[in-house]
Amino acid sequence: MEANPMTQDIRPEITPEPPAPREAASAAMSEARSAEVPDTTFGVIEHPDPIINCRDVNVFYGDKQAVFDVNLDIGRHQVISMIGPSGCGKSTFLRCLNRMNDTIDIARVTGTIELDGQNIYDPKIDVVPLRARVGMVFQKPNPFPKSIYDNVAYGPRIHGLAKDKVELDEIVRTSLERAGLLGEVKDRLDQPGTGLSGGQQQRLCIARAIAVSPDVILMDEPCSALDPIATAKIEDLIDELRENYTICIVTHSMQQAARVSQRTAYFHLGYLVEVGETDKIFTNPTHKLTEDYITGRFG
Amino acid sequence: MGTCPKQTGAGLTSSTLLLLLVAITVTGFFLGRRRAVALAGAGGGIRSLHSLPGHYGLFAAIWAGIPAVLMIFLWQSLESSVVTDLVIRDLPAEIRSLPDARVGLFMNDVKNLVAGNIISDELTPEIRQAADHLERLTLLSGWARTILAAALAGLGLVLAWRLIRPELRARNRVESVVKGFLIACSTIAIFTTVGIVFSVLFESARFFKSVPITEFLFGLEWSPQIAIRADQVGSSGAFGAVPLFAGTMLIALIAMLVAAPIGLMTAVYLAEYAPRQFRSVAKPLLEILAGIPTVVYGFFAALVVAPEIRGLGESLGLSVASESALAAGLVMGIMIIPFVSSLSDDVINAVPQAMRDGALALGATKSETVKQVVFPAALPGIVGGLLLAVSRAIGETMIVVMAAGLAANLTANPLEAVTTVTVQIVTLLVGDQEFDSPKTLAAFALGLILFVFTLALNAIALRVVKKYREQYE
Repeated sequence: MEANPMTQDIRPEITPEPPAPREAASAAMSEARSAEVPDTTFGVIEHPDPIINCRDVNVFYGDKQAVFDVNLDIGRHQVISMIGPSGCGKSTFLRCLNRMNDTIDIARVTGTIELDGQNIYDPKIDVVPLRARVGMVFQKPNPFPKSIYDNVAYGPRIHGLAKDKVELDEIVRTSLERAGLLGEVKDRLDQPGTGLSGGQQQRLCIARAIAVSPDVILMDEPCSALDPIATAKIEDLIDELRENYTICIVTHSMQQAARVSQRTAYFHLGYLVEVGETDKIFTNPTHKLTEDYITGRFG
Repeated sequence: MGTCPKQTGAGLTSSTLLLLLVAITVTGFFLGRRRAVALAGAGGGIRSLHSLPGHYGLFAAIWAGIPAVLMIFLWQSLESSVVTDLVIRDLPAEIRSLPDARVGLFMNDVKNLVAGNIISDELTPEIRQAADHLERLTLLSGWARTILAAALAGLGLVLAWRLIRPELRARNRVESVVKGFLIACSTIAIFTTVGIVFSVLFESARFFKSVPITEFLFGLEWSPQIAIRADQVGSSGAFGAVPLFAGTMLIALIAMLVAAPIGLMTAVYLAEYAPRQFRSVAKPLLEILAGIPTVVYGFFAALVVAPEIRGLGESLGLSVASESALAAGLVMGIMIIPFVSSLSDDVINAVPQAMRDGALALGATKSETVKQVVFPAALPGIVGGLLLAVSRAIGETMIVVMAAGLAANLTANPLEAVTTVTVQIVTLLVGDQEFDSPKTLAAFALGLILFVFTLALNAIALRVVKKYREQYE
């Protein structure tokens, strides 16, 4: 599917904001730079080495549609960030990738999402192994009310990843180390995970997610509850994790998206407006809405 | 317990007087409001007043009503004793020199005469004279009360009228009176509780004077019979409460063995698995179980469950008493299921969704999530709920009265009849008895033990629940 900028067909039912006044735009550009949601995503939705291919993904909450016809490839061992104003569907879309929306009774997903060529919404697919392959880190750190060790060991235990205690210890140790937390907690692994600071808790949740060695880690605004120092640590961590994992991160911070991701997808009112290399999106966005958002004109 | 003398024409009756006061108070409200409006009109409109005109009205109404009402209550509570004292003071010396009890009897006769009742003694001139005196004093007191109350109300009104100025902080005054009223209401419940505790405490102390506390707490035999004559058979009662404690614990244990698993499973199903429509029907239905009067459970236990268990036991070759701990415990367990399930359901629902999401996102199945994450997280709250249910089971009376029997057997066999603390309190106080015999006082001692026990359980339970709440907030 070619991602040609074509905006002549303006959707009548969605008129979010009156078009922002444009200062200097050539006549040729004016059509492409309309402030309406485009019919087709701008930029390049394909990736040469995709791990996930999403085609025509629609999400409904009851009668209300939250995500409209999203087509997107997610590249292997890359960080892709999803940005956009509140309520634009980016978190909803993220939760489709490991079928977390299944836990919401009224949520319904159509279209196909293929993980290494296998449609995860195929009725034959069991969500349990899927979620072991596509882990998730949430907005608010949510360690279990168990010890630090048991938090990290939880995933390997339920999936039987360790033959014995020695192996389990090793998994816990390496996961904490990769999450950059081992040095801070190695003397108190038996203490409750809820007793850690917010940033440490979030890194514990990341350690918990990577302990089951997933292929993809979804992060839903992982730093929004953290201070700048803890945020910087998580960002460094994301950069290191990219070697071994594919990471999709939803964020409200454009600086964060610019710092940690290689590709960026901009969502608006449930539509994927534009996707492309992060450098390109932040320096030379194609669509007017993307430009308005990243320059802080709204959002 | 004074027999109040009949007030024949003694001033206005209490209800008429109160009506009069209400009228004065309402008038006070309108007068006060009008005065405030008039004052405001003179100098810059309503906005020159500190408070709204209605507050000035209430201010005047409070001044008119409250002092008079307080005075009436005070008068009412003191009147009888003051009047009696005055009559006694004027009695002839030979009657006053009698022992107090005899003087009391004499005064009772006097009061009965005034009230037009039959008197116990023959009508002597002294009684006649004292009765006349009493009647006169009562009449006087009635009029004095009426006049004083009306005067106080009027005075209050005048005072309020004079106090009302635009700069008077009427709203603050009114609100502080309202606050005082709220405090008074809330202390009533507290003082009642304290009063009950103290009365139980003092009566128990009297009991422990005749029966040593060690014998009560550690004695193994319970037969609370006190002979009327010393030569009667079984003249000495035994007040060892251990069989009662044992019976109570046995029945509570059986009840919890029924209620805890069923209630918890119900709660887990309702909170985690049930579709919303099912839940919206099932939860109210369960709570209806809690609304069935315990006496209904009681005869259900005695007339249906106990014979059933007995028949079943006999068919297995076991001897089962017709009233058994098992029957009472089973039915009590059914009764407290909704208690356990409702509390646990709330606690499980209070576990943040983020916990479930965290586990599910790691690839845990629904049942792994419930068993390993949700349930442990909710456990402190569930334990608190179970402790509350235990204290409910220990305090339950009706079912055990009907189904568990009265025999104070010290046994751990649920097929035998046992008795509980509450049942014994009931049987000790039902029927005729002297109020100062150890038999009667034993009920207070048992009540005290029960109270201390359930209080401790509730305190622990509330602490546990609170600690759990803090964990997530």
